[in-house]
Amino acid sequence: MAEDTLFSEVLDPANRANPYPIYARLRETPVSPQRDGSIVVSGHAAIRSLIFDPRLSSEDLPPSRRPRTGNPLKDWLLNPIKDRIATAHRPLIFRDPPDHDTLRHAVMREFSVARVQALRQRVVRDVDTLIDACRGRDEVCLVEDLSYPLPVSVICDMLGVPEADEPQFQAWATQLATALEPDARHDEASRHRTVAAFDAISGYMRALIRAKRRRPTADMLSALAAPGPDGKAVMGDFDLISTAILLLVAGHETTVNLITNGMLTLLRHPGELERLRADPERAPRVIEELLRYEPPVHFRTRKALGAIEIAGQTIPKGAPVILLFAAANRDPARFDDPDRFDPDREDNQHFGFGGGLHYCMGAPLARIEAEIALVALCRRLVAPRLMADPPPYRPGASLRGPERLGIRISGIAPGQS
Amino acid sequence: MSIAETAGIVVVGASLAGLRGAEALRRNGYSGRLTVVGDEPYRPYDRPPLSKHVLSGELAPDATGLPELDTLDAQWRLGHAAVALDRAARTIRLANGTGLAYERLLIATGAQARPWPAASGGGLEGIFTLRGRDDAARLRTALAGGPARVLIVGAGLIGCEAASCCRDLGLPVTLVDPNPAPLARSLGTWIGSVVADCLRDAGVTFHAGAQVLRFAGDASGRVVRAHLADGRAVEADLVIVALGATRATDWLKGAGLMADAGGVTCDGACRVLGADGTPCPDIYAAGDVARWPNPLYGGRLMSVEHWGNAVAQAAHSGRNMLAPADDQRTYHHLPAFWSSQFGINIKAVGLSEGADAVAIVQGSRASRRFLAVYGRAGRSIAAVSFDQARWLPAYAEAITAGRAFPPIRDASDQGDYLALAPGFPPPRAASTLIEARHG
Repeated sequence: MAEDTLFSEVLDPANRANPYPIYARLRETPVSPQRDGSIVVSGHAAIRSLIFDPRLSSEDLPPSRRPRTGNPLKDWLLNPIKDRIATAHRPLIFRDPPDHDTLRHAVMREFSVARVQALRQRVVRDVDTLIDACRGRDEVCLVEDLSYPLPVSVICDMLGVPEADEPQFQAWATQLATALEPDARHDEASRHRTVAAFDAISGYMRALIRAKRRRPTADMLSALAAPGPDGKAVMGDFDLISTAILLLVAGHETTVNLITNGMLTLLRHPGELERLRADPERAPRVIEELLRYEPPVHFRTRKALGAIEIAGQTIPKGAPVILLFAAANRDPARFDDPDRFDPDREDNQHFGFGGGLHYCMGAPLARIEAEIALVALCRRLVAPRLMADPPPYRPGASLRGPERLGIRISGIAPGQS
Repeated sequence: MSIAETAGIVVVGASLAGLRGAEALRRNGYSGRLTVVGDEPYRPYDRPPLSKHVLSGELAPDATGLPELDTLDAQWRLGHAAVALDRAARTIRLANGTGLAYERLLIATGAQARPWPAASGGGLEGIFTLRGRDDAARLRTALAGGPARVLIVGAGLIGCEAASCCRDLGLPVTLVDPNPAPLARSLGTWIGSVVADCLRDAGVTFHAGAQVLRFAGDASGRVVRAHLADGRAVEADLVIVALGATRATDWLKGAGLMADAGGVTCDGACRVLGADGTPCPDIYAAGDVARWPNPLYGGRLMSVEHWGNAVAQAAHSGRNMLAPADDQRTYHHLPAFWSSQFGINIKAVGLSEGADAVAIVQGSRASRRFLAVYGRAGRSIAAVSFDQARWLPAYAEAITAGRAFPPIRDASDQGDYLALAPGFPPPRAASTLIEARHG
């Protein structure tokens, strides 16, 4: 009884603050069939092998329902089903090669080192401004004061979405992110809210893309909307809209967790907080260890297109496969003393950004934002103390992080800039 | 047995396998005297860039040095090849006449480019082979001089990579090969024809099924044209002969070892066999030159001329050299190679030789992004990827396990599945012809 309901315990909000003991039990069977027919993979070696297995699909549609004509609108008219996101506008995280590769290649060309590095100074300024705004207070609410507004403002800037418009799509972004949560995906009402949010944000993006075409600016959306080097569109309009939405939602819903989980972890390990404060050069090590120890995305779901033999089990054809990255990150078969937060760890090949062909496109940006934010928080918050441990969590089991993180402080030290 | 204070271990061959072998000795705790002998005057360098970035001018020939272990602490005897081995006296003789004693020996002399015979015009100026750093430097200089037409003889990996580089440099190129398609010997003509399309698109004139008989020169001894067996002539002022390599075993003649132009024969633990077939406990081999019974192929003797094998086998031999006789581990190796040409990354695992079927299991031939698997008698034996290398480990695992052909159906980007004849040329027909003609 207990063994096939372990994953439902992961989804249970009561376990959100500390899912790791459940992960440890799941790992006893690294490839673990659940009662509903899904397979939970929690071992590091098994995940490593599966993310490079061509039979593992990210498509959430059977082939018969996939777009066929190359014209999404026509596909939808020919194949009218309720869930329009499914047929016409699936973002690339829900697609397989070769379409996935074409879209990803186009995005990665724009997600360049130069473009990300150019944002560094801006992130430093933003962080200082956000922390400055907390002056005179004796407590900070980290999520609303910094972890949420920082990545949102950065992704808006990078994409070319006017920040003044941001409040109107906050709620849409939160709703769309539930597409990664099994509970929400199975809830009909939530699915309808997701479709509505998608329609609304699509309308916004469509208008914005039209404006970028009329008057291109130096941002990513203008670049993706412009013809490629060969004079042809780098991607169709439907894909452009879904890609823009994907980047925007990812910017809203993931880095927030990295920064908040990061500060929470440092406050629980005051020695490490002190070391980072004294030596900001440690930031990359600290961030990599955070990505292993408290990753922003805990799992992703795939589907087995054929039977796959792995770790003494057979994943049956058609089974949903849940890649539990956060559990693999603490696999004692892969990491020494895995439940210890240790930024000095040398061998740290974590799945904090996932892995394989869907590896996080925004990883370099997330690393820069988290480094700058955490270093500034450590240096500027005077005598920070957690107000509640554990803090209240957001509902997501996959995109997991605190809803609020109250930190009591004795003042704000001056900024760098 | 203590070998620490005496002559120590001598590694003959200062390229990839020699270096990695020496490093393995140190990593496994050997602290005695360590000598590395090389015929070229250079510290170990990496060969794959020679036919790519060095020819195109992006990388200087002397910028190809391999990183060396800081604590290697080896004595380098560079610039004079080993020319003889005296097992009874445990010495080797170098080309400059000096002798060198050893307690244990690692043979890693590699291979040498098969030259064009002098009798058929091989001595003419403007004819190049490509194996070492100096070859690449000379060829690079000649290409930079802007030849009117480059003729490449042999459409194997080196020939095709050189053709790709020459086209990037804007040089007119003619490529001649006896097989119906490029890379026919390693990939078969059906997959090779994808490369033929790339050649055509890049503007290379490709003469398939053609053979060069001889080169003709002008009064000053410079090559001006090649005469083909079918009577045609190709005007060219620069020729690259890319007919593969022979194992560097000449120096072992008379040493009483099982060695010939195909390599030096070892047992499963990479110990070199004496002429009577018993392993020499003090002589090991690794890299291109080593021919050993590979358990992955039922103990068939093979030598593998690829980068990955040089690294893995050298590490293996180095380890076994220090281990006691009852702890000699057998070397298993799944051959693998890669190539960059015409903007495509080609990567392959397994041995496609003898395949009776090939199928594209991911992607499509038309897009030139695909994964193809080779089968023999219903088993998967090899796989090749064109710009799809990320999936290759899954296939390598299936090939190692000897799974049914094809090992993976239902890939996410599987097109219409069709198993076809791979179209391999008859075994060694081309080279036998060449060897017979020139031999």
